[in-house]
Amino acid sequence: MAISRGEVLHVARLARLELSDAEVERFREQLSAILEAVGKVAELDLSGVEPTAHPLELSNVWAEDEPQPSLDAGEALASAPDREGHFFRVPPA
Amino acid sequence: MSWEPVIGLEIHVQLKTRTKLFCRCESGFGAAENARTCPVCLAHPGTLPVPNRLAVEMTIQLGLALGCEVAERAVFHRKNYFYPDLSKGYQISQYDEPLCSGGRFSVPGPAGDLEVGIVRAHLEEDAAKNVHVGGAEGRIGGATRTLVDFNRGGTPLVEIVTGPDLHSADEARRFLQLLRQTVVELGVSDAEMEKGTLRFDVNVSVRPRGSSELRTRTELKNMNSFAFAAKGIERELERQIAIYEGGGEVVQETLHFDPSRESAPPLRSKEEAQDYRYLPEPDLVPLAPPVELVERLRASLPELPAARIRRLAADVGLELAEGLVTSGRDALFDRVPGDRRMVANVLMNQLAGAGVDPTSVDPAELGKLIEARGRIPRSVFGEALASSGEPGFTAERYLGEAAISDASALDPVIERVLAANEAQAAAYRAGKEGLLGFFVGQVLRETGGKADARVVSERLRERLQA
Amino acid sequence: MTIDTLRLTAEEAAGLLERGELSAAELHAAYRAAIEERNGELNAYLTLVERVEGAGVPIALKDVISTRGVETTAGSKILAGYRPVFDSTVAARCRAAGFPLLGKTNMDEFAMGSSTENSAYGPTRNPWDTTRVPGGSSGGSAAAVSAGLAPWALGSDTGGSVKQPAALCGIVGLRPTYGTVSRYGIVAFASSLDQVGPMTKTVRDCALLYRAIAGRDPRDSTTVDLPEPVELPERDDLRGVRIGVPRELNEAEGIEPGVSAAVSRALDLARELGAEVAACELPRSVEYGLACYYLIAPSEASSNLARYDGVRFGLRAGGDGDARRMYEQTRREGFGDEPKRRIMLGTYALSAGYYEAYYGQAQKVRTLIRQEFAAALERFDVLVSPTSPTVAFPLGAKTANPLAMYLSDVLAIPPNMAGLPGLSIPCGLSEGLPVGLQLVGAQFAENVLFRVGHALERAVGFDVVPRRLA
Ligand SMILES: [Mg+2]
Ligand SMILES: [Zn+2]
Repeated sequence: MAISRGEVLHVARLARLELSDAEVERFREQLSAILEAVGKVAELDLSGVEPTAHPLELSNVWAEDEPQPSLDAGEALASAPDREGHFFRVPPA
Repeated sequence: MSWEPVIGLEIHVQLKTRTKLFCRCESGFGAAENARTCPVCLAHPGTLPVPNRLAVEMTIQLGLALGCEVAERAVFHRKNYFYPDLSKGYQISQYDEPLCSGGRFSVPGPAGDLEVGIVRAHLEEDAAKNVHVGGAEGRIGGATRTLVDFNRGGTPLVEIVTGPDLHSADEARRFLQLLRQTVVELGVSDAEMEKGTLRFDVNVSVRPRGSSELRTRTELKNMNSFAFAAKGIERELERQIAIYEGGGEVVQETLHFDPSRESAPPLRSKEEAQDYRYLPEPDLVPLAPPVELVERLRASLPELPAARIRRLAADVGLELAEGLVTSGRDALFDRVPGDRRMVANVLMNQLAGAGVDPTSVDPAELGKLIEARGRIPRSVFGEALASSGEPGFTAERYLGEAAISDASALDPVIERVLAANEAQAAAYRAGKEGLLGFFVGQVLRETGGKADARVVSERLRERLQA
Repeated sequence: MTIDTLRLTAEEAAGLLERGELSAAELHAAYRAAIEERNGELNAYLTLVERVEGAGVPIALKDVISTRGVETTAGSKILAGYRPVFDSTVAARCRAAGFPLLGKTNMDEFAMGSSTENSAYGPTRNPWDTTRVPGGSSGGSAAAVSAGLAPWALGSDTGGSVKQPAALCGIVGLRPTYGTVSRYGIVAFASSLDQVGPMTKTVRDCALLYRAIAGRDPRDSTTVDLPEPVELPERDDLRGVRIGVPRELNEAEGIEPGVSAAVSRALDLARELGAEVAACELPRSVEYGLACYYLIAPSEASSNLARYDGVRFGLRAGGDGDARRMYEQTRREGFGDEPKRRIMLGTYALSAGYYEAYYGQAQKVRTLIRQEFAAALERFDVLVSPTSPTVAFPLGAKTANPLAMYLSDVLAIPPNMAGLPGLSIPCGLSEGLPVGLQLVGAQFAENVLFRVGHALERAVGFDVVPRRLA
């Protein structure tokens, strides 16, 4: 299953990864080879088989609606690459 | 050709839980920026969501009120996209296995009940708040930077999606008002548009009347009031009809309604088609609401506003009934004695106009006041209504102020008014009888509103015919 | 008192502390001295901790485990300098147990790799042969324990990342039953597979450490309490134990003859100890396991790694354009090739039109794998195979070919897809390098694995000290 240059670029855009031309080509080759290998799963006829999203069959795991302390603002912003007052600052979105 | 509007709504209701959906930070307004955040809602590496049980129960309760089926198994999905207000790079929402689906919500209307299909009601988390700063107008387009406050990030929302079952702006408004009141009465949300705890998008298309096709729809985003929504819908309908009538085709797009400009310019075009890459949220396990829980929630549903509107409409007409119920005034209405229609009118018009909190009013005293409405001066009645919410209010105090109905007191005033308006008097005598109201108004003004309007008009008619 | 950190087990160390023959500070200092001496050539640690907090046996934690106030990078440049404001649950449990932290160990970036060469901070080297890899992604923890730089350590295992480096470094590694150890605070790679596990010199140490970290965590909805308490293995025999030898896991292409030979010898010993040993099949689990894994893990990873966007923590680059540009630059500079490859692979597998054929299909394959293992584990208490098809390979041997690297986990991955526990113990040498034996049990059958692993460990008599350091 070969993947095209355009598909590599599309996927990189969706994933917010900037790639150089050389990277696009290298990843195209590698991803094609990997997709070829993993595409093997398509060989199996699995109609009627339920998917496994999780190895354990649990349900209704939840918590009560009781507040716990939040971080103080200093901690919340401690790792921020950029801030303004108590806000996280980013280039215009 | 005659065109039929086809309208569907997507409503987001913020649930009134104490904590967020997937962490135990307090939700709600009023804290300093980012003061209600923790490693989970800031998406620090390795943190995991734990669902809020009350939010699940509220969603089920709301779903039941909308006539939905509650799923035996519901699953959270990740909806992947990048934006600074989305800390994890995905929103935890529900996709193909929502908590509630397949509902039907009836809105009493002038031509019978309006049946609106509820495609789904699911639980999801809200995004944080972006503030776009700098640039000419501080608008998205010209901003120099974006500031992010994650306090709202992760607050529980119920997203309600209707079928394309609404066929006018007015139907959309009536549906939304009733839905809002329902949500408020269930106690699951404050549903205040000004605070953003109720938000909705509108999908609009048109089709030739009589056809059942669904044509390309546009999405109106960021509606911030029912009135603006109605306006926006009207304008979009006109736009689409004009396009079709001009031989064109409507393009599927998202429009951002700007009430100040009364226009709906398209949002910035997306650089690529949106592809959310939904996947079942591997950090969470499925919800399987136990039957006993669902039945307990069903049994706890109060009488819903739609039923009360139907009940009241028989007495006071649909419009007043709808107004009373969707404003929450019907609780007072039920307890105020007197002529039903008169009471309804006073509650919906004068009392509302005077800004009196209906919950602070003594219904018996208000009933006495309304009963005496014809016998006391209008200004006194107004004054009494305005103070009817005050503690210790009694109607008695105002009932003494009888209207001036004594001819000997009124005649001099009437003479003065007629003398001052000879031309109008002549016109009346020449057949322009509609001017009577003008003279009544002048006399009432001269007496500071204390004249009995009925007596005044009788006397005026006699004098003018003389 | 001189402490031979190369030989001292955690259990022995605990005994010394208990009897007051040694203080926690002295013990910590002994490991610090060993680190001083040998970490330079091995690069097992990324961060060292000076302060001795706790009166127990010190521990090294893989750098994927969030530690309050102590830099946690997951081997990535994008988290350089990031100091969590909270403890992961396993770190908190280690703290509560009184294990002072020695430091954070090197790893493949975001636990993506099988050689620890994908670390943004340089590769870790194998203590048995420093021209070779220690395995990965928990290579730093494996090397640290093997070289006496920590008495025990925690790693994380998504597709073999505890078991395989344990095998390649000649130590014991447990990948626990999915859901028994909290993932809260573990930098996520693939949520439905990630599991933290102990890396130790002995099976008893492994059981002791597992006991300290396992059990339901209210912060992780996918955890459960252990159905039975962890037992420290005592018995030396294997009477009554039924051992299955899945043909496909033992005859897979690429298994080195020396590896097969060591595994056969271990099976002979098992028979001598009284176990019943018989062949069995796992036809589709092995044939499709790797493909299934390389769809599910990258898909989840593509979503889990979306949070590294330069907004709230970690690296930011390209701050002079718009937010989108900042994202693209930050992620370009912050991620190495392997995360980029997997993010793109996963994004592709989840994108419109491909979901059913890839992610959806892989989830169904996962059901088949569960069913196959469940059937085999009805007949057998334990399934046995090599942990890795090869012994430690030379640095750089597979870095140019991602697929070849992925095959290093072909035997470790299938049971992981089914959420099953797997224990790797050293079972001998091949070409002078350790060979790992993989023992797989039913869900929550860790006690069975400890019993079998302990008895075999005694019988094999493997010397855990790397020859060149002995
Ligand atoms: Mg939504
Ligand atoms: Zn929070």
